[in-house]
Amino acid sequence: MHIVVCVKQTPAATQVPVDAATGKLKTEGLPYGLNPWDEYAIEEAIRIKEKLAGSTVTVLSLGPARAEEAIRAAIALGCDEGAHLVDPSFDGTDNMGSSYLLSLGIRKLNAAKPVGLVLCGKQSNDNESGSVAPALGAWLDWPSVAYVRKFASIDEKLAKIERAAEDGTDSLEVDLPAVVSVIKEINEPRLPSLKGKMNSKKAPVAKWGAAELQAEAAKVSAGGRLEIVGQTPPPPRGGGIVVPGATAQEKAAFVANKLKELKFI
Amino acid sequence: MDYGFTEQQQEIVNLARAIAQKKIRPVREHYDQTEEFPWPIVEELRKVGLFGVYLPEEVDGLGGGNLELVLAAEELSKACGGIALCVATSSLCALPILLYGSPELRKKYLPDLATGKKLGAFNITEPGAGSDATATKATAVLQGDHYVVNGIKNFCSTGKDADTYVIFATTNPNRGARGISAFVVEKGTPGFTFGKKEEKMGIRANGTYELVFQNCKIPKENLIYKEGYGLFIAQLTFDYSRPGVAAQAIGIAQGALDETMSYIRQRKQFGQSISSFQAIQHMMADCATQIEAGRALLYATVRAMDASNGPAIRKAMEENKVVADCMNELDTKRWTKESGMVKVFCSDTAMRVATDCVQMCGGIGYMRDFPVEKYMRDAKITQIYEGTNQIQRNEIAMMMIKEAASKSKKDLVAA
Ligand SMILES: Cc1cc2nc3c(=O)[nH]c(=O)nc-3n(C[C@H](O)[C@H](O)[C@H](O)COP(=O)(O)OP(=O)(O)OC[C@H]3O[C@@H](n4cnc5c(N)ncnc54)[C@H](O)[C@@H]3O)c2cc1C
Repeated sequence: MHIVVCVKQTPAATQVPVDAATGKLKTEGLPYGLNPWDEYAIEEAIRIKEKLAGSTVTVLSLGPARAEEAIRAAIALGCDEGAHLVDPSFDGTDNMGSSYLLSLGIRKLNAAKPVGLVLCGKQSNDNESGSVAPALGAWLDWPSVAYVRKFASIDEKLAKIERAAEDGTDSLEVDLPAVVSVIKEINEPRLPSLKGKMNSKKAPVAKWGAAELQAEAAKVSAGGRLEIVGQTPPPPRGGGIVVPGATAQEKAAFVANKLKELKFI
Repeated sequence: MDYGFTEQQQEIVNLARAIAQKKIRPVREHYDQTEEFPWPIVEELRKVGLFGVYLPEEVDGLGGGNLELVLAAEELSKACGGIALCVATSSLCALPILLYGSPELRKKYLPDLATGKKLGAFNITEPGAGSDATATKATAVLQGDHYVVNGIKNFCSTGKDADTYVIFATTNPNRGARGISAFVVEKGTPGFTFGKKEEKMGIRANGTYELVFQNCKIPKENLIYKEGYGLFIAQLTFDYSRPGVAAQAIGIAQGALDETMSYIRQRKQFGQSISSFQAIQHMMADCATQIEAGRALLYATVRAMDASNGPAIRKAMEENKVVADCMNELDTKRWTKESGMVKVFCSDTAMRVATDCVQMCGGIGYMRDFPVEKYMRDAKITQIYEGTNQIQRNEIAMMMIKEAASKSKKDLVAA
């Protein structure tokens, strides 16, 4: 089976400052890495590849030049090759535009070697919209399932999967090809092997711009249809309380008072 | 400090560090207490490929040299010198096969050691032959197409948990040191069993066993090189492997100091953190200085060794020859003195640093539920195995005297 994993390179930081003047995230100079959720998609792709003989995994990423690092990081884990969608006109596109471009990339890959499954992380750790994978399914007109926590079985034609729902689990059968986004419960991502790391430096990564993808400019225009009104960092978490007191009794009394104050007791 | 590693060497450091800190650190106390063998960690090390970093690609290694091995050993030992030992003993088993083994022996045993599919062990010690390996009593008698081995070897690291063993036995008791030979033995060979498991002070995650041979038949082809070459094989192996012990020592020292630094900055006495006392500051400065000096000597030495050994190893792979023969052809330098110096300096440093770390932490440093005392227990072995530091000093001095003698001879000729 030809599996495509979509990955995004995102800031590898939990605190990203907001530029007061522009209201945008200040991402310059931040360390970047694989979007953590994508690591689960990569791991699942490699596990399916290991199960279904003759499978290959292609890593697909949309992003600036540095996004190639994320593609090579995925190859180091066991993917075979990469495709990088990169073009100045792609910068700043919204989720609709991103999913459109990724769908064009997948069509191109599919034309070369039919794709059986597209895997994505459930969301990215920067925008956290969770909309790219479902939109990708819509653009491709393939079935798509989000929040998947298990592949019960898979062959060339059909996948039996479990989707996490608020009130339990949905067991689904999905005709392939399909787009599936996965959650953390699905597996435990491996570390890259040294040989994988060294091979990843030499693996082929195709570069496709607007011309190669025959992308319609209107669908990817910067900013797209999304208007960002403002951005603020989440409020910092309050620190804990150090329980004062010289003896166990004093400490216990302090805790009891505090609990009463908070109306827990 | 930036030691100018290649991309591959930096990847090894990063990966070994990730495993050490994420996987080994949380479980090291468990293995220290229970003395179980850390199989789940072995599996992690296998998966990322850390067992064969120093072996040629021809035998499924990563194609690096001693520096690659040393970097992996140091990073793993920062978290636990005992768990890290399985990588070192596998290399101690692979090295005699790499350096003196025939191309066939290399092909048969090295790939599984390189991938970690099998673990290796090395046993030269006997109850009556510790520092003095010439006193080896175990015997190997050639009978047709196999050797019959009898005797007891002891203090074998990774003892029961390895699959492939390099052991030493005498094939000619009349010839003493020149009668000792080296063999590869597989676990499960009839007549090869395990005796006593030692109860130890440190490196408790790695079992130390007695190996018992009772009419154990080993195929003739498993003799490494030729009869009577055992002690040459052991010496060349130790020249290569002692920096690995030094790396374990430096890792232990650094790990102890890192734990100590995070404690002494937050521990308050007399209204201030104990790291603000000059007496403590001088101790930490000395520890860090000695570690860095050891590390610099270690890296410089293995780099020089790799540059010197590399061509012979390459030639042997390309021309299907024995590495030691190629070393003779190319007149490759012997590293006995320098590798002894590295081992002595780094292991003495580790013992001193780990002891000082316990001192800096005070009473808590002595307690089992705080990580520092374990580093002190683990550090001690690095001064003992692969030749005690007294034996290292003997060898260093002997080489110095030889060098001085040959220099004065040359001067005499020149004059
Ligand atoms: C935990 C552990 C793991 C080990 N793992 C292995 C292993 O995997 N494989 C293996 O083959 N061996 C292994 N050994 C054995 C180890 O290499 C020996 O213990 C070591 O070489 C010292 O030998 P010995 O214990 O017989 O001490 P001895 O030789 O009895 O030495 C006792 C003391 O006398 C000193 N001494 C001896 N001779 C001289 C001399 N000529 N000049 C000055 N001082 C001298 C020594 O330095 C030491 O201080 C291990 C040992 C331990 C403790």
